[in-house]
Amino acid sequence: MTKTLRAGTGLALSLISGAALAEWKFDFPEPAADLTEQITHLHHMTSWIAFWIMVVILAVVGYSIFRFRKSVGYQADQEFHHSWWGRWSWVVVPVIVLGIDLSIAGQASKTFAQIESPIEPDLTLKVIGSQWKWTYEYVDHTVDGKPVRFTSTLLPKEEAEKQGEPWLRSVDKPVVLPVNKNIRILNTATDVLHNWWVPQVAPKKDAIPGYINETKAFIKREGVYRGQCAENCGRGHAFMPIVVKAVSEEAFNQWIEEQKQQLAAAAEAAAKTWSKEELLARGEEVYKKNCMACHQANGMGVPNVFPALKGSKVATGPVEGHIKVVLNGRTGSYGMMPPWRDILNDGEIAAVITYERNAWGNDTGDLVQPADVGAQR
Amino acid sequence: MTSGDGHYYIPEGSPWPIVATLGVLLLTSGVALTVNDVGGGGLFIIIGLLTMIYLFYAWFSDVIHESMSGYYNEEVDRSFRQGMIWFIGSEVFFFMAFFGSLFYIRVISGPWLGGEGWLGLSNMLHEGFKFTWPLSIQPEDVAQAAGAPEKYMDVKEPMGAWGIPALNTLLLLSSGATVTWAHWGLKKRDNRQLVLGLILTVTLGLLFVAAQAYEYGHAYHELGLTLNSGIYGSLFFMLTGFHGFHVIIGATMLIVILLRAMKGHFSPEHHFAFEAVAWYWHFVDVVWLGLFTFVYLI
Amino acid sequence: MSTTAVAEEHHGAPSGLKRWLFSTNHKDIGTMYLIFALVMMFTGGALAMLIRAELFMPGLQIMQPDIYNMILTDHALIMIFGAVMPAATGLANWMLPMMLGAPDMALPRLNNLSFWLLPAAAALLLTSMVLPFLPGGGAPVTTGWTLYPPLSVQSGMGMDFTIFAIHLLGASSILGSINIVVTILNMRAPGMTMMKMPMFAWCMLFTALLLIIVAPVLAGGVTMLLFDRHFGTSFFDAAGGGDPVLFQHLFWFFGHPEVYVMLLPAIGVLSMVIPTFSRKPLFGYKALVGGLIFLFSLSLIVWAHHQYTVGMSPLATEYFMIMTIVISIPVGLMILNFLMTMWRGAMTFETPMLYAISIVIMFSFAGVTGVMLAVVPADMEYHDTYFVVAHFHYALLPGALFGLFAGVFYWLPKWTGHMYDEKLGKIFFWWNIIGFNLTFFPQHFVGLAGMPRRIVDYSPQFAEINMLSSIGAFIFGTSHLLFLYIVIKCIRGGEKAGDMPWEGAKAGTTGLEWELPSPPPFHSYTTPPVVR
Ligand code: HEA
Ligand code: HEA
Ligand code: HEC
Ligand code: CUA
Ligand SMILES: [Cu+2]
Repeated sequence: MTKTLRAGTGLALSLISGAALAEWKFDFPEPAADLTEQITHLHHMTSWIAFWIMVVILAVVGYSIFRFRKSVGYQADQEFHHSWWGRWSWVVVPVIVLGIDLSIAGQASKTFAQIESPIEPDLTLKVIGSQWKWTYEYVDHTVDGKPVRFTSTLLPKEEAEKQGEPWLRSVDKPVVLPVNKNIRILNTATDVLHNWWVPQVAPKKDAIPGYINETKAFIKREGVYRGQCAENCGRGHAFMPIVVKAVSEEAFNQWIEEQKQQLAAAAEAAAKTWSKEELLARGEEVYKKNCMACHQANGMGVPNVFPALKGSKVATGPVEGHIKVVLNGRTGSYGMMPPWRDILNDGEIAAVITYERNAWGNDTGDLVQPADVGAQR
Repeated sequence: MTSGDGHYYIPEGSPWPIVATLGVLLLTSGVALTVNDVGGGGLFIIIGLLTMIYLFYAWFSDVIHESMSGYYNEEVDRSFRQGMIWFIGSEVFFFMAFFGSLFYIRVISGPWLGGEGWLGLSNMLHEGFKFTWPLSIQPEDVAQAAGAPEKYMDVKEPMGAWGIPALNTLLLLSSGATVTWAHWGLKKRDNRQLVLGLILTVTLGLLFVAAQAYEYGHAYHELGLTLNSGIYGSLFFMLTGFHGFHVIIGATMLIVILLRAMKGHFSPEHHFAFEAVAWYWHFVDVVWLGLFTFVYLI
Repeated sequence: MSTTAVAEEHHGAPSGLKRWLFSTNHKDIGTMYLIFALVMMFTGGALAMLIRAELFMPGLQIMQPDIYNMILTDHALIMIFGAVMPAATGLANWMLPMMLGAPDMALPRLNNLSFWLLPAAAALLLTSMVLPFLPGGGAPVTTGWTLYPPLSVQSGMGMDFTIFAIHLLGASSILGSINIVVTILNMRAPGMTMMKMPMFAWCMLFTALLLIIVAPVLAGGVTMLLFDRHFGTSFFDAAGGGDPVLFQHLFWFFGHPEVYVMLLPAIGVLSMVIPTFSRKPLFGYKALVGGLIFLFSLSLIVWAHHQYTVGMSPLATEYFMIMTIVISIPVGLMILNFLMTMWRGAMTFETPMLYAISIVIMFSFAGVTGVMLAVVPADMEYHDTYFVVAHFHYALLPGALFGLFAGVFYWLPKWTGHMYDEKLGKIFFWWNIIGFNLTFFPQHFVGLAGMPRRIVDYSPQFAEINMLSSIGAFIFGTSHLLFLYIVIKCIRGGEKAGDMPWEGAKAGTTGLEWELPSPPPFHSYTTPPVVR
């Protein structure tokens, strides 16, 4: 409580100081792509229209209050509504309003047509939202027919502070995009609605499970652009940030090559038999990244919301059942456990299951190998 | 004050609204508990239902009594009529929600899943899925090919239009005619025609319900058409189910009216209850025509 | 029941608990509606205070994320369905029969039923809020008031209670609306033609018509949700051929007209208040009736402006955009009429009028930000940010709640026979308005800067504005305690109010309510009055 108070006074003080004021943001962040630039223009236009309409209304109200008050002896003009204005204003004003409306709509339609016009993409990025992380797929960069693909999650608070990154606006692995390229972004989701929103980069479209929505970006400046999930997706909705790193074409090509190599290495690793240490270490990593948001670091889950894995029948029972739940997900009395078959590979699933079966006092001693998982796919 | 001198009848305080509230509160919380497998819900439902049944009986007895005692003047009668019309209007919009959904799925989102139209790209997620209507193969089947568990069953055979459904159309349409015939009887003070017409209407209505029940059995056991068989099954049962429910309510009200007609409660000038039920019955009839066209025929 | 008692002597008020539980009297039922609304406003407001306390600073202060989401959901549901709508129905119940020269509402028993369904619904909602804290109670409802699937399919059994609460609330609104429509169409005193009715009656007529049309659609939508949750259907699941967006269409087909359901009663109050305190008749009565018809029709065909980002076809999107922007015409007409009623009037500034003037300004502001939101490409940035939150609180508080406050101040003398304390009223007004603007004006900017709505925790870059907003909210919240005090004080006593407590009402309004004594008799008009 005192901590809250102290922090509160601190912030309140800095509020008054001009330094903090300068850092305030009152408007859209500086757009970085062609469409977002146009949207910003549109936004400024409508803001000014709104401003002037308010000025007119305030002027009329202000003048009336000043002039037509009883206390200065003004007598109500009972004939006012029989005047010319009284008889015709109901046509005149709507026509003026319609004029303003149509010019707004006209401008808007132009920009909108550009947003929805088809492009020849240089790069297609598939963005998959899941509770509560983003998976990116570079559809046209493949290894053995499998696209480059990785998952990006919230950077934990301590990590963020260590790296000097803004908390809740930084991730463990940013998505990298080239500048001056036509990028087509395909949005979808695996469980509930999400929305991949990076205000400076692209107009947003909902990510809807089972459907694909399209948006696009032509990024003009290199830089780091931040955003976050903009469609309520439940408990972790505040904790789904997005970081886009826009880099030059060369840097992008180099980066994507690295990703491909990592992918090939991972595929190899999944094929071999792993030692217990390897499994546990990798498993803990996978758990932290994918499972902890729900089942919690101590494996205790959240009462009524997520089941505990510590001592759970599934996590201490037959291995097959455990693999099945993780692969296919399940809907039960708690709600929905997502299926992981499309998100994790055999090696990762084997590792995380081994980890779960040996952590937090679940000492079953079982080892699960990638092949065991592959057998159940 | 009796009718006609410009005074308006205001009923005394009545306990029924609050009993009704308790009834629905018990009923809804009972259902909410039961669907979540919490014990005790069943008891709530039973008590709630009994309360509601008693309530309707008591409330309508009051109204009938007041009506028979001649408390209602023309203005009250008009209020009742208008109230009933607006109520039926709101029911129309309740069904519009389901018809709208049917339209949306068939014309807009279904084709997208199948790869056509604005979001046709979505088909990437269900490769090989074709959208047809009635939909029998679910989009998820593609994922199942990869081994995921099945969530929605496939439909073996969609429901045809020309068997029982066509017969049902005939049943309902003729019941609409018989109820009008009964009304004619009422207007010319022919109580025999009134009662006979109502008996016919009720019989036709009950036959309809029976045929519908049989059809449901057929759908579940032979066609593989269930609530769980994807969007076709969902829409089919939602639409026909709520319609069937309304038919049952309508038929119950008709039975009440029939009993009252036998007691000679209605006069050519004074028969709001009869007309309200007849309107309701026609409304149910019209909804069925919509159903027959959009769910069964095309 | 005691049907033998006839309206012959027009029975006086029954005594004891029965008077309230079994009531068939429009004033008693109106009072119950208003009290219920007040209780709900305090409940929903307390939840809002929790929201603002949580958002006072970055970090998780006082609650878990899913509890935050649940509080947010119930804040909205309670405020909209529990506070604003019942308060409007309460005003209608009190005033319509008096204005139109009727003894009571058209269907008095139904009236009682529509009221008593509300506490039942509130009980279900409260149950849904308590359940997650009980063992085995399931996960809380985290969806927000829009209840979008698939998230709402995931929630625990609290969701089922919420769904049933919505069913009851819907039933209550439909029955209440039928009553209002029938009263207006059928119960007017001889000579009180439609075009002579007070504008408040017109506004309530269209409010009620809207509800009769849209409330059943919401009921249908949440029923489908219930089936998806428990009975294996796939309306909102693509795996079975459904579409989550279908629910959004059903919800907003209800949800958008719903915002006008909340707005119109306030507009109705303003068209009583402004002429009264300007001492001349409402400017452009006919135009306003036309505007209402126009608004009514438009409101039913613009719903998808809440879903610009779901990926509708460009043609549909374009259509919804233009239609939405065009709403500024009928609403602009209303604003014009209010401004022109004040113009060349002889204004005085009692509390109801202060509210009316501030509403004209603040609601116009909400409207123009609404038009900004209606612009599709821009909404692809604004959507689901605090800019939207700021827009709709400007619309919902000035455009609905404050209008109801104005109505309460305006008619309290009529209801109780006492004048309220004008000085306290003015203090309340300023305290209220300053707190309100301090709370919500800054939220526009934090939204533009990129803060999404429905988040429990935010990045430190948004900290200052949020703190300002929270401080404003506490100022605003506490002001309502004064409101409560003023109302109670007025009920208990005060300067005697005449039959027409506002001298300007004579020049400004056309209703029959002023012809009755203050407080009016138990049955408003035992014999129909004849209008000039
Ligand atoms: C009382 C409630 C109320 C009212 C009256 C309005 C009125 C309007 N609203 Fe608002 N709105 C809400 C309550 C309300 N809204 C709520 C609750 C939400 C969020 C729901 C949720 O997601 O939870 C919302 C969200 C919302 C959105 C979706 C935003 C998003 O989620 O992305 C949009 C988009 O178009 C919108 C637009 C409008 C418009 C165009 C009007 C118009 O009716 C405004 C018309 C009025 C004027 C324009 C001012 C007066 C006119 C003049 C002075 C004439 C001159 C004007 C011009 C030429 C422009 N509203
Ligand atoms: C008519 C409807 C209505 C009303 C009146 C209000 C009133 C208020 N609302 Fe709300 N609100 C909504 C409808 C409404 N709201 C809706 C529809 C949403 C969207 C929900 C969603 O996303 O699904 C929303 C969401 C919403 C949010 C967004 C949360 C988020 O997206 O994460 C916030 C945050 O500031 C907020 C704040 C407030 C505040 C401070 C008030 C204040 O006006 C409250 C006023 C306070 C009182 C009336 C309290 C009475 C006094 C006491 C209880 C005394 C005690 C006082 C103290 C201890 C200080 N509301
Ligand atoms: C979005 C939240 C979420 C995430 C992320 C998640 N789970 Fe779950 N998990 C659940 C829910 C909810 C259940 C309970 C489902 C039910 O009601 O039957 C569950 C159940 C389980 C069970 C069965 C427990 C039991 O005793 O019944 C196992 C095992 C499991 N999860 C493992 C995992 C693994 C491994 C991961 C990560 C790779 C993971 N979960 C990630 C939500 C999640
Ligand atoms: Cu993902 Cu919000
Ligand atoms: Cu809207």
